[in-house]
Amino acid sequence: MRVTFTVNGEEASADGVWAGESLLYVLRERLGLPGSKNACEQGECGSCTVYLDGVTACSCMVAAGQCEGRDVRTVEGLAEQGGEGAERRLAAVQEAFVEMGAVQCGFCTPGLLVQSHDLIARTAAAGRGVPADAEIREALAGNLCRCTGYEKIIDAVRVAAEREAAEAGEAV
Amino acid sequence: MTAPGTTRAPAGLSSGTPDGIGTSPRRPDGTLKATGEFAYSSDMWAEDMLWGMTLRSPHPHARILGIDTTGAIALPGVYAVLTHEDVPGEKRYGLEYRDQPVLAFGKVRYRGEPVAVVAADHPETARRALDRIRVGYEVLEPVSDPRAAAFDPDCPLVHEEEPPEAREEYGRRGNLVRHQPIRTGAFASGAAVEELRARAGAVVAADYEVGMQDQAFLGPESGMAVPAEDGGVDLYIATQWLHVDQRQIAPALGLPEDKVRLTLAGVGGAFGAREDLSMQIHACMLALRTGRPVKIVYGREESFYGHVHRHPATMRFEHGAMGDGTLLYATLEIVLDGGAYASATPAVVGVASSLGLGPYEVPNARVDAYGVYTTNPPCGAMRGFGAVQACFGYESQMDRLAAELGMDPVDLRIKNAVSQGSRIITGQEIDMPLPMAEMLRRCRDMPMPPAREELEDPSDLRTLPGGTGNTTHGEGVVRGVGYGVGLKNLCYSEGFDDHSTARVRLEAVGGEPAVTVHTAAAEVGQGLVTVQGQIARTELGVERVTVLPADTRVGSAGSSSASRQSYMTGGAVKTACEAVRDRVFALARERGTIPAGHSGEGLSLAGGKLVSASEGVLASLAELLGGAAVEETREYRHRPTEMLDPTRGQGSSHTQFGMCVHRAVVDVDLELGLVKVVALDAVQDVGKALHPQQLAGQIQGGAAQGLGLALMEEIQVEEGRIKNPSFTDYLIPTILDTPPMRIDVLEHPDPHSPYGLRGAGEPPTLSSTPAIVAAVRHATGRPLTRAPVRPEDIAGIGPRRP
Repeated sequence: MRVTFTVNGEEASADGVWAGESLLYVLRERLGLPGSKNACEQGECGSCTVYLDGVTACSCMVAAGQCEGRDVRTVEGLAEQGGEGAERRLAAVQEAFVEMGAVQCGFCTPGLLVQSHDLIARTAAAGRGVPADAEIREALAGNLCRCTGYEKIIDAVRVAAEREAAEAGEAV
Repeated sequence: MTAPGTTRAPAGLSSGTPDGIGTSPRRPDGTLKATGEFAYSSDMWAEDMLWGMTLRSPHPHARILGIDTTGAIALPGVYAVLTHEDVPGEKRYGLEYRDQPVLAFGKVRYRGEPVAVVAADHPETARRALDRIRVGYEVLEPVSDPRAAAFDPDCPLVHEEEPPEAREEYGRRGNLVRHQPIRTGAFASGAAVEELRARAGAVVAADYEVGMQDQAFLGPESGMAVPAEDGGVDLYIATQWLHVDQRQIAPALGLPEDKVRLTLAGVGGAFGAREDLSMQIHACMLALRTGRPVKIVYGREESFYGHVHRHPATMRFEHGAMGDGTLLYATLEIVLDGGAYASATPAVVGVASSLGLGPYEVPNARVDAYGVYTTNPPCGAMRGFGAVQACFGYESQMDRLAAELGMDPVDLRIKNAVSQGSRIITGQEIDMPLPMAEMLRRCRDMPMPPAREELEDPSDLRTLPGGTGNTTHGEGVVRGVGYGVGLKNLCYSEGFDDHSTARVRLEAVGGEPAVTVHTAAAEVGQGLVTVQGQIARTELGVERVTVLPADTRVGSAGSSSASRQSYMTGGAVKTACEAVRDRVFALARERGTIPAGHSGEGLSLAGGKLVSASEGVLASLAELLGGAAVEETREYRHRPTEMLDPTRGQGSSHTQFGMCVHRAVVDVDLELGLVKVVALDAVQDVGKALHPQQLAGQIQGGAAQGLGLALMEEIQVEEGRIKNPSFTDYLIPTILDTPPMRIDVLEHPDPHSPYGLRGAGEPPTLSSTPAIVAAVRHATGRPLTRAPVRPEDIAGIGPRRP
């Protein structure tokens, strides 16, 4: 079958999709977007987390056919596109992950970034600024990391949220 | 949007930061990893590639009667179906013993052993092809009990043929892969344990068990093999050691090594699980047969069958001490289940025996360490490598002894602690600083987390065992505190020719000096790529350093194992940089930049310039070099080590010792057996912290894996079958399971190593497990002799299994 949906702001189509193919497979193998990772294929590890219509989901658990006409945003779409030829500006959470040492092997990073990005946005939208550590732990409980012991990840999310909050404050 | 038209392959990593060793520059692959562009082995892609897939044995032990592939090859979209008959060269491979078939022939020895491989145009086609392969089996009795495999002369043999590399001094016989005895003091002169027991003021003896742990890296085994025009093959692969893969792949393919070229693709974690081959030979065989690129990516379930695990261990310890707590003697018998193939079992036995009694002064020691073949899943390297299992046992014994003597467990450890100048039970002197007593005191003095009643909201479910599962509101919850200390050898041991190679090139690019570092060392997430750049900047005073992708066009770097790469590849990069620097000095003398007759005293490269301590800047490097490039390649070796002698286990078998001390604080729900780790704080001596931020990541990440072993991680094997091959059933710590982890890093330099550094990745994985179990014991008062601790052990409702 042919599946058409929006990915990171652009329309994308994939032909010859088998009924059993997941959104993750189509992103990685048919649309040239391998950023979302396949680590468990059961929705346990969160490495394949994407936004689907603005809500985070494990793309390994979503059939590609279900995505017809919908809006998908992957780790590749977190950075803001600059103008023609300009360098992309990393999202605050991407910048913070690299800076704070939250990235080791990096296989969990794409999923954690999307989930953290969502947490920071939700916290800000609720007017609560920076999430508490307990909230960060709760929000990221579905994302496994085997390298870091999570300490640096919590640091990175906190720093990114603080920066976004400061930036929003300046903008007001 | 269109599908990509080019092959994705690793790119060189540049870093523009000025930071040298001792600082924490950003890792050069960090941004690519955060944008999703970093090319992992499972991301490899080529226009005309095929998917490879593996048929695995459903039986732990069976004779193969016949394999019929006709149904599979007839399926449209299938390009090749291969069995052992198609292996072009050597039919067996292995890290130490060549005892493992590329594809099974004769019989299968574990459930999940590869029997056939297929290549097809879609993963689903490949899966259907596997269903159409018919294999006839005559099921044999599995060899499931490692103690029977070791000691029962009537136990069936797992391997009827003797592996050609089996060493006589390892005492190999029957199902025994290696037996290493150690005898010191009275035991060396044949004394019986009863004589020592009679002299002791306190004696404690117990059996302990450690379950089979999985490395559970997140990036499953994967890679892509591309056939080359010269009849060879290019393999893009996630591994820990490119050259040892090459050395095993080439003979199996019947090709010379220079026709099997490996490039490291992005590695999604390793922790020992990538020391052995998985899909490497299979992908190469399929690519050579079909003439097309072949990609193989294991799923999570397959990954549980696709790599070796940590050896499960059964241990019997006895410790005897004088009334004041001074250790008089200790004995240990440890049986390590190596599963179907040898993998690293001989070396694991070498570590488990030599470090079996830990970092304590033991005047009379008797150790027997056994590694055995069974038809269980093969076991080999995992972070901590034989030292983890023993550490759980000897630390549990120290707590038991302290209780028996009525002593504080930390005081008892301090009383018997090794230090510089001590000898471990192999007679090897610890000839580097090892301030264990100080480390224990510092750990004890670290601030404690607030008591439950001091919390802002003690009824917050998230602070309780069971969490938002709402299993308790604090009733039945008791706090416990425990300590653990671990001693780990760093670098390869027992006479192995351990070395690494680095090629360093210095040239002017666009009027600026630039350094290129090329090694075959595997970046597996630990940050070695950052450290290589830092060393080049420190040694050559140049900001711009590019670390090339690791591949086999440069000499071997050895394995990213045994906490050895900062030491070994760091040492190689440092040595090659020094050689480049000497060449620059020589060039400057030739050109007269360094005046004739200058002694060379006080010359250095700094800030992109050639500098003299007395005269200041002599020249900019870019000017001095002009169009010339200076390139040097160096091999680096640590000091030689010795084999352990086969009867008394004496010998200086290790290069370096590392140590971490942990203190765990836990809250335990006594009724439900649930544990919340509240704090897990560490003191580690690393000699020199090359990159403090990455170092913290190693200590915290290693501690979290030890937490997993203490409380939840176990591959459950029944009659050779893995019962929990998924992340639904094999649990690794989540962010909710993992507590805040404070770190106190000490830097007492090792005079033998580059910059005085000490490998850091493994020690925290040793000490955190016994510390947590000790804390749970403290809270519950139960003996808890098994890791992982199960809820029923804590609740005291007996074993789950009959």
